[in-house]
Amino acid sequence: MLKLPIYLDYSATTPVDPRVAEKMIPYLVEKFGNPASRSHAFGWETEAAVEEAREEVARLVNADSKEIVWTSGATESNNLALKGAAQFYAGKGKHLVTVKTEHKAVLDTCRELERLGFEVSYLDVQDNGLVDLEVFKAALRPDTILVSVMMVNNEIGVIQPIAEIGEICRARGIIFHVDAAQATGKVVIDLATLKVDLMSFSAHKTYGPKGIGALYVRRKPRIRLTAQMHGGGHERGFRSGTLATHQIVGMGEAFRLARLEMGAENERIRMLRDRLYKGLSDIEEVYVNGDMEQRVPHNLNISFAYVEGESLLMAVKDLAVSSGSACTSASLEPSYVLRALGREDELAHSSIRFTLGRFTSEEEVDYAIKLLHEKISRLRELSPLWEMVQDGVDLSTVQWAAH
Amino acid sequence: MAYSVKVLDHYENPRNVGSFGKEDEGVATGMVGAPACGDVMKLQIKVGKGGVIEDAKFKTYGCGSAIASSSLVTEWVKGKTVDQALDIKNTQIAEELALPPVKIHCSILAEDAIKAAVADYKKKHVDQAAG
Repeated sequence: MLKLPIYLDYSATTPVDPRVAEKMIPYLVEKFGNPASRSHAFGWETEAAVEEAREEVARLVNADSKEIVWTSGATESNNLALKGAAQFYAGKGKHLVTVKTEHKAVLDTCRELERLGFEVSYLDVQDNGLVDLEVFKAALRPDTILVSVMMVNNEIGVIQPIAEIGEICRARGIIFHVDAAQATGKVVIDLATLKVDLMSFSAHKTYGPKGIGALYVRRKPRIRLTAQMHGGGHERGFRSGTLATHQIVGMGEAFRLARLEMGAENERIRMLRDRLYKGLSDIEEVYVNGDMEQRVPHNLNISFAYVEGESLLMAVKDLAVSSGSACTSASLEPSYVLRALGREDELAHSSIRFTLGRFTSEEEVDYAIKLLHEKISRLRELSPLWEMVQDGVDLSTVQWAAH
Repeated sequence: MAYSVKVLDHYENPRNVGSFGKEDEGVATGMVGAPACGDVMKLQIKVGKGGVIEDAKFKTYGCGSAIASSSLVTEWVKGKTVDQALDIKNTQIAEELALPPVKIHCSILAEDAIKAAVADYKKKHVDQAAG
């Protein structure tokens, strides 16, 4: 029996894998020691657990465990990487480069750095959502100290050319930060070959608990950061604060499972995503947002033309999905990511992000396809735009009474 | 976003969805909003003798509150004269549907749709009288 609503929002967060939860529980009641307690067995036991987890995080991305710093999540990792590197290397230059489709945790941190006197270039993307390397190169200046580009976009799932950008940055001595919150367990990350200096991770996008993340800080060549959280000097001074052992153990186990299972899991998810796409593609006037090749198998972001996003979400309330349109805000702004792709407003307003994951079933995908067929046709019956298009009106020639 | 029971009712069971032939006797059309803003309402009224609105239909591209607001006004305008219809205010629509502050613009749009439809009726009426 199908359980409703169906969760198709794995890029917002994932459930903790039961195997992960099981591994975390002893660290709440029994093994509660402070990993920083050096004088007794309670501390030794949890310190060992923390270091084992650090190994697991490092192993998933082929890094050294000494390069992993625990944080509260990818937002904090992004803040520490960008503010920490910009402040430490401010003497070398004041210019940063990032991309318009980055997560708010990067964009808003860049805005803060602008208030502190740094200059930031926000690059446009191509209409497939990918960074154009020529545009990227042209944006670099002699005083550019830091570049931040995400690996996998949270809304459209496209995979940015991180290897190529890394080569360009390394050749010019520019520090390269990558937000990989949406990438772990979805794409292979090999930090031994990628020229990436800083990389942000989150546990809860990869079947670990919320409230824990990590920042990779390269040792060769050594990257230095100005600490943003001061205190007891934990994490070699990068990030003070008592370590949350149970969370860390959870992240380690989640990343271990991701390493072991991602190959088979991603194939299964790709099959389901393609089934969903095929099932929806016979609806008239549907458009995929973002490149379909350079994309994680978990994501399908589709615009249903002439249907408004919020009413569509209301119609498919049996599906837990998210809309690219932030219509619940008073501003009625469509997604800034879809805007950056050059999508017309009607399409940006009409998008749905489906993100599939470990526990998505074929039955759930088939239910979603059937439901969307019904609801799209009902909402189009209601849509004056659909009626006009059926009558052969070109909507771009209409004089709208904007309000 | 939590919707009121009345918004949900109009959204699930919209009243008077559809279109009249644009050239039908006594039919006037008001189209307001813009796709870029996320809502477009088309309200049509069918006006009989003595300027009484005998029937109304709508189509709306927009959120649930926009659909509910336009569905509601098709019910409210029926039986009113075109001038009485102009007395329907967005505040009444917002109150009836218990719209939250961020959705007040939906009720304003519905009021504008009535005004636009009546203006179209008056324009045609004057044209006919003149012609």
